[in-house]
Amino acid sequence: MAQHSNVAYQVMWNRLISVVEEQAQALVRTAFSTSVREAGDLSAGVYDAQGRMLAQAVTGTPGHVNAMADAVPHFIRRIGRDNIREGDVYLTNDPWEGTGHLHDFTMVTPSFHNGALVGFFACTAHVVDVGGRGFGADGNSVYEEGIHIPIMRFVDAGTVDATLIAILRGNVREPDQLIGDLYALATCNEIGHRRLIDMMREFTLDDLGGISGFILENSRRATLERIAALPRGSANGEMTVDGFAAPITLRVKLTIEETRILSDFSGSSGLDPKGINCPLVYTKAYACYALKCAIAPEIPNNAASLAPFEIAAEENTIVHALHPAPVALRHIVGHFVPDTVYAALDQLLPDLVPAEGAGCLCNFQMSLRPTAHAAEGARRVEVLTFNSGGSGARPTVDGLNATAFPSGVMTMPVEATEHAGPVIIWRKELRAGSGGTGKQRGGLGQYMEVGARSGYEFDLSAMFDRVNHPARGRRGGGAGAPTTIALDDGTPMKGKGRQRVPAERRVLMAFPGGAGYGSASEREQQEIKRDLARGYITAQSAAQDYGLNAADIADVQRAIRAGEDI
Amino acid sequence: MASPSIRLGVDIGGTFTDVVLESGDDRYSTKVLTTYAAPENAIIDGMHQVCTKAGIAAADIGQIIHGTTLATNALIERRGAKTALITTEGFRDVIEMRTESRFEQYDLNLQLPAPLLPRQMRFTVPGRMDATGAELVPLTRTDIEPVVDTIARAGFESVAVGLIHSYLNDAHERLVRDVLRDRMPNVMISLSSEVSPQMREYERFNTVVANAYIKPLMKSYLDRLRGRLHDEDVRCPVFLMHSGGGIISIESAAEFPVRLVESGPAGGAVFAAHIAARYGLDKVLSFDMGGTTAKICLIRDQTPKTSRVFEVARTYRFKKGSGMPISIPVIDMVEIGAGGGSLGSVDAMRQIRVGPESAGSEPGPACYGRGGIRPAVTDADLVLGKLDPDNFAGGTIPLDPAASETALTNEIGDTLEMDATTAAFGLAEVVDENMANAARVHAVENGEDLGGYTMIAFGGAAPLHAGRLCEKLGVNRLLVPPGAGVGSAIGFLRAPFSFEANRSVYMTLAGFDPARIVTLLTELREEAQGFVRTCAPDAPILSEFKVYMRYKGQGWEIPIILTEAQAMAPDAVVFDRLFNEDYTRLFGRPVAGLDVEITVWSVNATTEPDSVAQVREAAPGAPATSHTSRSLFDPARQEFAEAQVVLRNRMKTGQTVNGPAALTEDETTIILPTSRRAIRQPDGCIDITAKD
Repeated sequence: MAQHSNVAYQVMWNRLISVVEEQAQALVRTAFSTSVREAGDLSAGVYDAQGRMLAQAVTGTPGHVNAMADAVPHFIRRIGRDNIREGDVYLTNDPWEGTGHLHDFTMVTPSFHNGALVGFFACTAHVVDVGGRGFGADGNSVYEEGIHIPIMRFVDAGTVDATLIAILRGNVREPDQLIGDLYALATCNEIGHRRLIDMMREFTLDDLGGISGFILENSRRATLERIAALPRGSANGEMTVDGFAAPITLRVKLTIEETRILSDFSGSSGLDPKGINCPLVYTKAYACYALKCAIAPEIPNNAASLAPFEIAAEENTIVHALHPAPVALRHIVGHFVPDTVYAALDQLLPDLVPAEGAGCLCNFQMSLRPTAHAAEGARRVEVLTFNSGGSGARPTVDGLNATAFPSGVMTMPVEATEHAGPVIIWRKELRAGSGGTGKQRGGLGQYMEVGARSGYEFDLSAMFDRVNHPARGRRGGGAGAPTTIALDDGTPMKGKGRQRVPAERRVLMAFPGGAGYGSASEREQQEIKRDLARGYITAQSAAQDYGLNAADIADVQRAIRAGEDI
Repeated sequence: MASPSIRLGVDIGGTFTDVVLESGDDRYSTKVLTTYAAPENAIIDGMHQVCTKAGIAAADIGQIIHGTTLATNALIERRGAKTALITTEGFRDVIEMRTESRFEQYDLNLQLPAPLLPRQMRFTVPGRMDATGAELVPLTRTDIEPVVDTIARAGFESVAVGLIHSYLNDAHERLVRDVLRDRMPNVMISLSSEVSPQMREYERFNTVVANAYIKPLMKSYLDRLRGRLHDEDVRCPVFLMHSGGGIISIESAAEFPVRLVESGPAGGAVFAAHIAARYGLDKVLSFDMGGTTAKICLIRDQTPKTSRVFEVARTYRFKKGSGMPISIPVIDMVEIGAGGGSLGSVDAMRQIRVGPESAGSEPGPACYGRGGIRPAVTDADLVLGKLDPDNFAGGTIPLDPAASETALTNEIGDTLEMDATTAAFGLAEVVDENMANAARVHAVENGEDLGGYTMIAFGGAAPLHAGRLCEKLGVNRLLVPPGAGVGSAIGFLRAPFSFEANRSVYMTLAGFDPARIVTLLTELREEAQGFVRTCAPDAPILSEFKVYMRYKGQGWEIPIILTEAQAMAPDAVVFDRLFNEDYTRLFGRPVAGLDVEITVWSVNATTEPDSVAQVREAAPGAPATSHTSRSLFDPARQEFAEAQVVLRNRMKTGQTVNGPAALTEDETTIILPTSRRAIRQPDGCIDITAKD
């Protein structure tokens, strides 16, 4: 076997990062669910023969970060190394061996080169439906949340398992979309595999041992250098959010040691009776993501760079749910993990992390069915949308308006959503005044207003939080606005759970703002005037919260009439 | 007296305005500094220079083809007009909310690019179409008038109109235009249903806003240009290069200036396509590398690949998502931050990184001796022997190899325990690999394998790196044309008159409606041909038909080319077969049992390209003479070898050179790796192939 120089390994590492990116792009282009193709709720990675993750696509969402790194060893163990054959493709949607809920399918493809197993490709995507009660918080156990596919073969030595396909088709509401998505997952691994083999030929590699060692050693050393440079110590963070049955408190004790950072979630709330519980793998993903953003943002994710971020939690708590706890909306708790971790990290590393933000995505799923007046051929349709509130203000810059943090997904275009089902989105725009006040203002949330096309009615499965627990400011910053939800006739609705919407009614939602950072009295005059001109804040807030005088307010109002920017 | 055989190509770039005059078979070119305040001045200046060289009067010029980065720069620098947007109630913030995501997930202090228009310049009207194009809520003049009056009082010069689902039904947008015309007769108006009638509101609204934003500026510039040319007794027609690789009338350009974005790079692709035609090459990869970026484009059957959306004004390391999307027909190119000035460094993983940060021209690479202390790609090229320190830019800039070595050692070698040569090799390998990766990804996205491709390289830095790139990509043949420094302006002179009309109309194969398809495609053909006819009233016009198809439920379409017969006598079975063939080629296997859907319909009307004289390729003859040699690092062998140095303009047709070698000229140097040999072709191209 050829000896490879440092320069050659540098080139190969670059190549693998490009390979997984291309793998992810292929998934976006071939997927059927809007959650994958428009929102990018997916991930893709390449592994060595031991199942250690070498590179992960930056396209995708942080929730899959560690879950993906941990998944392949589960597949190797379940399938049995000796039973892995060329042409096989495996899949699962097991929440505990995949990425935390049944709606994520993970597909793993072994890579063979010259007849030998050299590595694996894995990818994950969020599909729109897996049967059961439908995507939502209402399940009392994982059994109610949909069909469960343990780790098994999707393709057996080149042949797709027709029995599995038939079972899946018979158990879900959108069988064409699901099967299409599974093919897309298999395709994306296949594309990664082809490119890997091209690279191995070019560099005359028989296995990935050399490049794997190079990547992992350099990543490990770089991560440890970052950790070693931090002040040692411990701090506690805590945050309470709505939950479903009762409010949930997340607690973390963060300890920075010389060679690792431990996030210990002991003392967090127990399990919720409904499906917002979070398997540990997903809690870990967001704890690790939060720390990496703050400490080592440019170090790519792989087995070695993730290893020093350790996690502990008590079993059967909200952050470490075990089978058969319901977990469909585990993202709600998961998305609050970074704000909890930052509450602790802020004490150890001041002036680095943002104030609290909207946290969890503001998602809802509409289950539409034809009414008696429906046109011929009308059928039931599931439409899922992803939306974002405002992010928390940062130490030196405002929070981002209607932008996901910590999640990495995109929203779906309104026009694409209306093509996906008989839905009308009447409003989707920024929510003035919802950003927490401060020297740096919290990001604005957004308004949405939705209904069904005539001839349809629907249930809305709400997945919102921060109705009673808005984002809290940091260093004197104000809280963000809370979530609100009601029918257009004023009937209040709940932040979570499946709720029937009468025909012809619309649902009015206001998604939360991010919190502010620092005292509002320290905010630059020019920024207050700019915010007023743009309608991010009201004249009343400019006067009361920020102390803008009447003459300045009048001046801004004149500028608006004159079509001037500030 | 204007003569049709005398044509002028003008490319206004960021630094230089390139002017090329062709008179029969003769070509004269010059570069003058771009004059930002009044770009037409540089054109007039350059025009007189080439006319003097050619010994003709400016009045003799028969046609001017013009491309410019002015539109792009106005968007990047936010120097547009006072512009308002009128949009659907409930959707005021579409261009600000973007995709609601962060394009860089690990940067806690990320800032998103501001929308072109701040919120107080965005207005709403009621009225609503649904996803079938039916009217859900009516819109009346009474609804619109107060909004228009507010806009009028504020003194807006340009108004963009973008309403939800207007690509399916433009009635409301047209009504808004009527009211605007009645109450603001002098305002400029852009409708999203005309500028970019495609689904996805963020892209469409952003495109119509961009068009409105630069419209007054571009119209004023084009009027001034016409005036100045008139003053110089130049009365010939002036046409504009558009981003799709064709040319349109000055009037169309003033109406749809957003179509001028990226016209310069489009000219480069047309230049490469023309060379492909001369050599009868069906699979070409064009590679353009300058000081700060490299651009790569696939050219199939002598036609550059096109796309329907791209991103301008990326604000964050050329990162996808950090700019603004523009959905117009455009030549599909990947651009990455890799050029001669791109700087190298070592990151926390002890990996060498190159670009997108660039040394620019001041201070420039370390070897310029103007205070640059960080190593650029040019420094690596110098240490590896690819550049001659005494003959860079025709000897006008002496290079200092010791400064390069110091910079490489300090920034890279010390950290990685490498000597300066190995550091230079590492830096060059990383930048070449970055470009190769971009090319590979682009090829795979288009379902292409680069194996059978020929590369055509132009731009100052491309010939230094193209040979190695070919080795990495498994590309066997490389052509380096003459005149590569002004390739885009030459490309303008090769472009046909063309206009592409697109429309989003959803139709499944299960609901296939041949009569409706024929009507739709006929309308699109009329629209597209109308634009071409204003430029070339008598020329025969060809129409290219394309539909974008996907499995129903997917979000991304693949383009399917139809013959005129397939378009005008549509058959669902044929559409299905064409789609499945392409899908399988791209993604490996079709998906069984799903309906297929057509989403976008497109007709590109174009004049017939001039017949291209084929190059009679020379047989390999005697070796070219070489009087000197120098030590050149060969990356594939990872060692220095003695390389002959050949003056490119002394090479005669048929003469050959075996690698390792450096073929030098004033503007650049062609590096021939050990694995390659070169032959000079009759048209001056250096034709480089793998030895075996």
